[in-house]
Amino acid sequence: MSRPLRIVVAKAGLDGHDRGAKVIARALRDAGMEVIYTGLFQTPEQIVQTAIQEDADGIGLSILSGAHMTLFPLVVDQLREQGADDIVFFGGGTIPADDAAELKRRGVRAIFTPGAPLQEIVDFVNRECGKRRELVG
Amino acid sequence: MAKMIDRPSGLAATATPEFEAQRERWEVASAQGTPRRGPGSGATDRTLSDIPLKTVYGPADVDHLDLARDLAWPGEFPYTRGIHPNGYRDRLWTMRQFAGFGNARQTNERYHFLLEQGQHGLSVAFDMPTLMGYDSDQPQARGEVGKCGVAIDSLADMETLFEGIDMGDITTSMTINGPAAIAVAQYIAAAEKKGIPRAKLGGTIQADILKEYIAQKEWIFPPRPHMRIIVDMIAFCTEQMPKWNTISISGYHIREAGSTAAQELAFTLADGFAYVEACMAAGMDVDSFAPRLSYFFNSHIDFFEEIAKFRAARRIYARRMRDTYGAKDPRSWKLRFHTQTAGCSATAQQPENNIVRVAYEAMAAVLGGTQSLHTNSMDEVLALPTEKSVEIALRTQQVLAYETNVTNVVDPLGGSYFVEALTDEMERQAEAYFSQIAEYGGVVEAIEAGFFQKEIAEASYRYQRSVESKDRVIVGVNAYQKDESIEDIDLLRITEEMEREQARSVQNVRATRDPAPVAATLERLAQACRDPKDNLMPHLIDCVNAYCTEGEIVEAMVSVYGRYTERSVF
Repeated sequence: MSRPLRIVVAKAGLDGHDRGAKVIARALRDAGMEVIYTGLFQTPEQIVQTAIQEDADGIGLSILSGAHMTLFPLVVDQLREQGADDIVFFGGGTIPADDAAELKRRGVRAIFTPGAPLQEIVDFVNRECGKRRELVG
Repeated sequence: MAKMIDRPSGLAATATPEFEAQRERWEVASAQGTPRRGPGSGATDRTLSDIPLKTVYGPADVDHLDLARDLAWPGEFPYTRGIHPNGYRDRLWTMRQFAGFGNARQTNERYHFLLEQGQHGLSVAFDMPTLMGYDSDQPQARGEVGKCGVAIDSLADMETLFEGIDMGDITTSMTINGPAAIAVAQYIAAAEKKGIPRAKLGGTIQADILKEYIAQKEWIFPPRPHMRIIVDMIAFCTEQMPKWNTISISGYHIREAGSTAAQELAFTLADGFAYVEACMAAGMDVDSFAPRLSYFFNSHIDFFEEIAKFRAARRIYARRMRDTYGAKDPRSWKLRFHTQTAGCSATAQQPENNIVRVAYEAMAAVLGGTQSLHTNSMDEVLALPTEKSVEIALRTQQVLAYETNVTNVVDPLGGSYFVEALTDEMERQAEAYFSQIAEYGGVVEAIEAGFFQKEIAEASYRYQRSVESKDRVIVGVNAYQKDESIEDIDLLRITEEMEREQARSVQNVRATRDPAPVAATLERLAQACRDPKDNLMPHLIDCVNAYCTEGEIVEAMVSVYGRYTERSVF
């Protein structure tokens, strides 16, 4: 692969819990990826804009405030509207299993809940964003 | 015991030749042991916060301690052994379960339930929009209304929240920081409408903005104007609300953000000292406000480390308050604190195991001498807790208080070679952090430089790595896993209908109130924000009584102060 994968790690809404997002950002960076951390309180529009401007291969969104059923679908909609739904969109947080299943049905590629091994997340991103890179170039 | 008091220094008994011979034999035997292997064996030589541990502790580890200077007796300076002479024999800790969800009506029902179950005081959890200063119908609030706590948009909601509850009889803790002064104004206004004067109100407001920049990230204004608001609030409450704890300086969120125990201790106390200095700089006498400062710590899963942290906190605080700030009133020297068990130690996997974790953490808090305690519910890692799980959490405290007998002797671990050595190490690490913070020029400057944020992110990543490598075991997560489906347990859910209903409710408040005082009180508030000599609290109470919404009040203040944005580091 010529250049490293680029991943946007995002926090949305009013949720200030950034421990997990920062740990994931560090782990992806340590795995050789280029990581753009959006900082807190981003709107779905801003997150998708950042991903497009940064030519990102993936977006990882972290939500621990309970607003996941509102904010994840809004990011999916934005990606579609901007014609950017090839970007691999995944996320994590305190998300009950049936909500996670529903979000996956609506276009979120993976949901990682507390306790998910970092390596599993790194492997997922490498695999799925790598596939995207092959397709999109 | 009398013989020990006679010795002027040193905790160690005189080491006899026989004792030394025993120690030498132990060293030989210990060196012949084989360290166990398998899960968790990579971290047996250190605490959860990576403080190195010996296999066993003895008199030599505490010989530098001076009994009178470092330990004393319960209720005696420096309060290492507790702030009350009789500990829990005279008075148990306050069992205070944090609660709030949905709208004020739903939360009011939960409060009635908790009071009926024997809880002593109320503790309000607000939702994210309320914590960040937005009304429920603002676009920033979408998806967040009522999720992490209760939505309080105006005085009307505060009145509903306390319907049927005697506000002059209970104590209320309110966990809110950015808009803390507004929440206090609403609480005062709601009580006074029921005929209860503000002087009779007992409780605590968190109002600790510094830890928001450090860890929890629920800020509104930049640090300097926020400090002014807090000083105004402390000055006002000191004068007019003798039963009110004016601020709860919080390490809980610092720990949840991934700090070590020593960082939690050091950063929290540093924040506390920053407030003390700010109030003194505003001309207040330290003994006028210090007795009503209180603290809020995390109780994590490393049992002895937590106990040592609590003991060290009291000792450091007493020394600084007396020797650095010149406090003369012993009440100013005493660190009083609330504790909550560590949310970050709970696991989504096998959530029932969290009941056990909480029980150990609660016991550490009690052996550390906490004044009040919140025990987390087993399902809080997944969602807001159900009534059943809240009840188990409260029963956990009751079993601890009434069945285990750990309450019958004050500071039962005092004099333990290990606990004393660890207490001392905690103090040493905290002092080292104080020096680093001083090099930045103070807490606000260190925040602006990103110092705390970076220290915490480092610690959190180091910890996560140790879990990944299985140096540390988390039962059900990286060992002893089983296939399970998390949705098997009942969860409390907040509906989108609730959000729409709350949005309509605040719109109704705006439509039905008298508009003239709204504009007038908001204008006077903005004026006061520009005049550092004008205390903001009376203006906030006027705004609240005019049924200005929280979002309107915050906007008026933002027009003067601006909003804070963080430079993010990871």
